[in-house]
Amino acid sequence: MPSPTVSLQTATTIPPALKRPAGSRSSWSFLIDITVFLFVMAAIYGLYAVGHTWLGPVPAQVEISQSPRALPLYALYSLVRLGLAYLLSLAFALAYGYAAARSKAAETVLVPLLDILQSIPVLSFLPGVMLAMVALFPNSQLGIELGSIVLIFTGQVWNIAFSFYSSLKSIPRELREAAIIYRFGRWQRFVELDLPYSTIGLVWNSMMSVAGGWFFLMACEMFVLGKRDFRLPGLGSYLQTAASNGDTRAILWGLAAMVAVIVILDQLIWRPVIVWADKFKFEQVETAKATTHNLLDFLGRASFVILIFRVAVRPVMDWITVSLAAGAARAAATFSAPKRKTTRRSLLITLAAVILVGLGFAVYHAAGELSDLHRADYFTLLRSAGLTFLRVNGALLIGAIWTVPVGVAIGFSPRLVRIAQPLVQLAASIPATALFPIILLFLIRLPAGFEIAAMLLMLLGTQWYILFNVIAGAMAIPTDLKEASKIFRFGSWDRWRRLILPGIFPYLITGMVTASGGAWNASIIAEYFHFQGGIVSTTGLGSAISGASDAGRFDLLLASTLIMATIVVLINRLVWRRLYRLAATRFKLET
Amino acid sequence: MSTPSAVEAPIIEARKLEKFYAQPDGSRIQVIAATDLAVYPGQIIALLGPSGCGKSTLLRMLTGLSPASAGSVYWHGEPVRDGSPNVSIVFQSFALFPWLTVLENVEAPLEARGMASIDRHKRALRIIDAVGLDGFESAYPKELSGGMKQRVGVARALVVEPEVLFMDEPFSALDVLTAETLRGELLELWLGHKIPTRAIFIVTHNIEEAVILADRVVVLGRNPAHIHADFIVDMPHPRDHKSSSFVELVDTIYRVLTRPDHEHDSAPPKSAAPGKPLQAKAIMLPHTRPGGMAGLLEILQDQGGKADLHKLADDLALEVDALLPTIDTAVLLGMLRLAEGDAFITPDGQAFAQGDIQSRKAMFRKAALAHIPLLCQMQNALKAKSDRTLSDEFFRDLLDEHFSEDESRRQLETAIQWGRYAEIFDYDAATGKLTLTEA
Repeated sequence: MPSPTVSLQTATTIPPALKRPAGSRSSWSFLIDITVFLFVMAAIYGLYAVGHTWLGPVPAQVEISQSPRALPLYALYSLVRLGLAYLLSLAFALAYGYAAARSKAAETVLVPLLDILQSIPVLSFLPGVMLAMVALFPNSQLGIELGSIVLIFTGQVWNIAFSFYSSLKSIPRELREAAIIYRFGRWQRFVELDLPYSTIGLVWNSMMSVAGGWFFLMACEMFVLGKRDFRLPGLGSYLQTAASNGDTRAILWGLAAMVAVIVILDQLIWRPVIVWADKFKFEQVETAKATTHNLLDFLGRASFVILIFRVAVRPVMDWITVSLAAGAARAAATFSAPKRKTTRRSLLITLAAVILVGLGFAVYHAAGELSDLHRADYFTLLRSAGLTFLRVNGALLIGAIWTVPVGVAIGFSPRLVRIAQPLVQLAASIPATALFPIILLFLIRLPAGFEIAAMLLMLLGTQWYILFNVIAGAMAIPTDLKEASKIFRFGSWDRWRRLILPGIFPYLITGMVTASGGAWNASIIAEYFHFQGGIVSTTGLGSAISGASDAGRFDLLLASTLIMATIVVLINRLVWRRLYRLAATRFKLET
Repeated sequence: MSTPSAVEAPIIEARKLEKFYAQPDGSRIQVIAATDLAVYPGQIIALLGPSGCGKSTLLRMLTGLSPASAGSVYWHGEPVRDGSPNVSIVFQSFALFPWLTVLENVEAPLEARGMASIDRHKRALRIIDAVGLDGFESAYPKELSGGMKQRVGVARALVVEPEVLFMDEPFSALDVLTAETLRGELLELWLGHKIPTRAIFIVTHNIEEAVILADRVVVLGRNPAHIHADFIVDMPHPRDHKSSSFVELVDTIYRVLTRPDHEHDSAPPKSAAPGKPLQAKAIMLPHTRPGGMAGLLEILQDQGGKADLHKLADDLALEVDALLPTIDTAVLLGMLRLAEGDAFITPDGQAFAQGDIQSRKAMFRKAALAHIPLLCQMQNALKAKSDRTLSDEFFRDLLDEHFSEDESRRQLETAIQWGRYAEIFDYDAATGKLTLTEA
């Protein structure tokens, strides 16, 4: 299971700026207030614009403008989609993780389910989800919008859910006991213990998820399903249209806009959030170096924000906690405990029965669809799966081969870390799908050009995870071990074999697990692409999935999706999990 | 403080309180034997015992945090329902919420009781002032020293005005001087009647701490936990470490702690389900490494082969908790003999102390195979296999019949440590395989 990617900069602290005493207000506060206010106005206008298009009727043919002037609005549309999908993911992940961690019965089902859901290629949901959503809202754009949001959601949610679940499971015993002995109700416990304890994991996984969201955004803003052509105005559709027209200028404009949005998001949202999240680090002593963030200071100083926090947020939270506590006390006095348990149990049983019936129904129909396929179809699919397997693992291998030496070189030099880290982060956050058209422009003329481009897309989508982790691993190798290898005059091969490779092994595996899943998913785009007015494709499982949805062949789509999910689950179980265990036992650097 | 009188009813009373884990085969792993214990108003009661003996489990059952397997806990004569008793716990690790300020940490229990914001503030500030944290209200726990953190822990516990204040090794994570200061402050609050708390129940493995604070010291024996001795400390506060009555009591408790209590070891285990043969009770290995015992024996040898345990602990600056397992190991291996709080080195022990690395290993091997059935059993099992190799899972399953899951894991870890040192077998941690060492 991919654990949160090890971050390079978790070791920062800051006194929480939001609770800064009001005394630190400067004479700038008036201007700050005005700026914040203008931001709010702009946000309200944005909401209005989005709502207007969403609820509007379905135009016969959505034209995706190729003018750079359309880009700001398109960027806004894409951002809103991404943001809503993220919020949905967060809410769902919290509920899922909470249920899995709190109820033994739920845990036995939900945790393995999470493992499988993570392995299902999101993009093969695309046709089904879209058709369902469009059927729900036939008269407005809302259907397609919701469809794309749901798709991005399915790509984002699982790692957040897993992170929350494992955080909850690792809350120290005495903290849990303190919450019980001081009679925290569910709500208070959630707000004052569960959520804060999980914050850091949630933040890092949210960053990863949103970066992954951009990847899928490219695919689901515009696609063809049988005879139907779905289009949503946004950065993804802009880039896709530019790619199919072969319009290099528009591709570059679109790419520039996307990089700009990603950088702005990083600076305005993620950096401050990371610094803020440091407050929730579960540590007993303060780390030596405190990092501050300008924006956070800025917001903390805005009297406007402080006022909202004091007047609106604090009292509301307070009121909820206190009234829930009082309510629980009353309820405990009125109802006897055992009765509630039986009603809850019967409710649970009913729910489980309903789910099982639905599941049986779905499996019955799926089996019907699958039995319609010929043996030859399955043979073709398996052969395709073999080819994709080779491509995925080739990409992983190439990724590992170049990232390990580079990552170690960076990790061993503090100066290089400072320079390379932001660059790597930026490179990693640009979705490979956006770069793909450009790569194709160069490679399509070569013999086997698409084959190379497909591998390159997989590589682009995955190598950063590996590089990140290798850098972190190299940084974590203790200096005394490095010195020991110097004193004993290890040759460079011995140094690699005895020190560096074992040292980075757990990190390398962590990166490869995430990369492997990502590469399988990327094959759906990499092996089948609309380009310069036509389709370029190569044989593979990903191309089978894309081709089946283009042609509206649900039986093939279902079969290929199931095959891919099975392969990913099997590889995780048989290879990665074992290596992971080895990494956690034998190659763990412990003190 | 008044001594318990027959007139005054206990606040908490545990009757035949037991903790055990039922095994799938119908037998039980007994953690705490049927125990009667009462907490009377006006008393500080200290529960003393070596680590891992079940003190904390007993505390958690008394507070209602952990359910009893059998027997029950009564509060003012009423059986405890979940969460009804008004108690607080001060935790060893402080258990403060690092994302809340000192004030918010102290207010949290009041918030849980649905108290309005203004009242909460007033009450929290008053108690923060009382424990000497004035001026730190808006600090976060990580900005505070260990002593300050535990003051927050105490403030949070006292703010709900608990009837009984439970403390689970509250000072053992602090340095000696800070612990001393905090003990003094606690006594000041208690003796000066500055808090409405009617009794304090403190779990500790520090004998002096128990004797300084408590009006009554209950000594717990282990495997399974049971009350071993019960002392009334009838000395006025402040108590002097150096006074003869103080030293005498500490010595007596030492003696009791190290005295093997045969009456419990020979009692038939309660485990047998009807019709099942009684299992021979497994010897519980103390969790130590062979190296520690060598050091202890060398020191004893230097001191002429005999030492007072209390003095030994003092000399080594070790708490009894750290010393006792090592002593147990040496006794188990026949290298040390205990009598009346004194430790005597045996001829075997002398030979061991004087030996070099290789001969020590040989002696350890001989003693281990002679005195420790588990290691013998492991050696025989490995010999019986043609490839001389077995998985650690196999032995864990064996141990699971006698110990709880955690304990059997620790037992196996210890056994592997000892077996490797004695060169009885090799162990590959990656594969979990034990292989017999060929002689």
